[in-house]
Amino acid sequence: MSPLQKAAAIILCTIFGLMVLATILVPAPYTRQFRDVPNAAPSTEHLLGTDALGRDCLSRLLYGTRVSLLLAPAAALLSTLIAALLGSAAGFLGGWFERIVLAATDLSLSLPWLFLLLTVRAMLPLDVPPMVSVIIAFLMMGLLGWQASVRVICAAARGVRDSDFLLLARSSGCKPARLLLRHVAPNLRPLFYAQFLISIPLFILTEANLSILGLGVMEPMPSWGNLLRGFEDFSVLAANPWRLVPLILLVIVVMCFQLVLPSQEVTQ
Amino acid sequence: MIKDGKATKLFRNVLRRLLFLLCLGIGGALLSATLVRFAPGYGVEERELDPRWSAQSVEALRQKQALQEGLASFYFHYLLALAHGDLGVSDSLKRPVLELLRQRLPVTGNSVVRGLGVAWLAASLLASLGLASRGWLYEASGTAFSSFILSLPSAVVAMLAVHLRTPVFCAIGVVVFPRLHRYIRSLLVSSYDQPHVLAARARGIESGAIFWRHVLPVAAPPLLALLGVSFAIAFGAAIPIEALCDSPGLGQLAWHAALSRDLPLIVNVTFVVCLVMLAANSLADLAGQAFAGSAQ
Repeated sequence: MSPLQKAAAIILCTIFGLMVLATILVPAPYTRQFRDVPNAAPSTEHLLGTDALGRDCLSRLLYGTRVSLLLAPAAALLSTLIAALLGSAAGFLGGWFERIVLAATDLSLSLPWLFLLLTVRAMLPLDVPPMVSVIIAFLMMGLLGWQASVRVICAAARGVRDSDFLLLARSSGCKPARLLLRHVAPNLRPLFYAQFLISIPLFILTEANLSILGLGVMEPMPSWGNLLRGFEDFSVLAANPWRLVPLILLVIVVMCFQLVLPSQEVTQ
Repeated sequence: MIKDGKATKLFRNVLRRLLFLLCLGIGGALLSATLVRFAPGYGVEERELDPRWSAQSVEALRQKQALQEGLASFYFHYLLALAHGDLGVSDSLKRPVLELLRQRLPVTGNSVVRGLGVAWLAASLLASLGLASRGWLYEASGTAFSSFILSLPSAVVAMLAVHLRTPVFCAIGVVVFPRLHRYIRSLLVSSYDQPHVLAARARGIESGAIFWRHVLPVAAPPLLALLGVSFAIAFGAAIPIEALCDSPGLGQLAWHAALSRDLPLIVNVTFVVCLVMLAANSLADLAGQAFAGSAQ
């Protein structure tokens, strides 16, 4: 691990720590309105000021960080699990199953991801409680974001399929399911980790895009995407530069994830 | 003889791709039909509730709907209409989907092509300059810059474009640029590290000649494949950018359709975008194959 990667990992750990301690650190619940002081500048009571509805920006930022940083890895875990299952089975079994999986992967990869997400989102109800919107947004990403990983995992599983140790295991009477779980999957584990880490920043950015477009996490639940919706009026930002904090935090986290990612030899 | 063999192989590849596109078109159309058919609210006709419609008219409307009630009948009518270029009517805009696509596709196509032009130019230029200098400061600043842009959600880039009053294609170019820069840089670096390039440098061949004659032919096929992929990235970026920049393209149409849950519209827009993407990818792949063949 290079010093830069170490620094990125420390920053990520600190932000994760703040996210976990959000309940203790926040000055007020994220929905509480301070009606006397809407659009307030930073002060000792409200360190990052208040929004147009008088809600404490720091509270919303910390809770939003919790939503984005807990659920993006959850969605990444789901998509990696699907990719691991499909990719290793396709690479290990080969034949028509591999061809079908790879054709389906190619097909969905050729489609811009946001178009696919929008189509699926349009099929689901929009007028839902905020908590349900959070679950829908991240479940949708987890269920639809596995395609790129499948290709990589399938290619690696194909390489393992022809290895000597697998031949030996097969000749000693190991059944396919056991071969897959005990011999193929453990050899692909570093690749699974790499694909999981790659997906997290991608899902964080996708959630931000969806929420800014009004199709992700719904108000009053905060998330990084929701907090960035206020950026539509940049003139307000110029007068209140502290409003940029959610964007700065998002950029720092995504950049840190990019830095701590394993080298390209592992991920490709 | 060898040339004929290569031409036959390329021709076969073209035919295979066309057949794949045709199969995909039929498969995609069936999938689109299924999504529309099983969407909540299918078959509910608002006109039936309109008091201005006479009883006979309502009955005629119901009979027309009854014709398509069976699943097989629905698919048949859907595919038949599709073969005649009828993609249905948008629920929210009350206009034929084909007409909407005809209006919006050129707008997005124009923005995407120009945006890709800007992104490719900037990414190739920066990657080539980085390769020529190979200084750590230049490389580090280039990587940091592209990482920073890569960390910005495309919707934020769109809002910035609105604020700075830059055209839509510039915002698309900014979103696509860092992805291209990374790949182009790593492709050029790996091509430059090939033994034959090292031998050419050792013999004192000019760096320009090395680039054009030895580095570019090796990097060109994957670069052409990247061109196909970059179309998908640019189309994906077009949704938030067109929606927030108020540009009347396909991205804005898809966003509007998703917000108003207009399934006939969003499904058909996605289907058309998928076909455009596949055609672009196939063309890029074939160009790469043809280039690799001619280079050999």
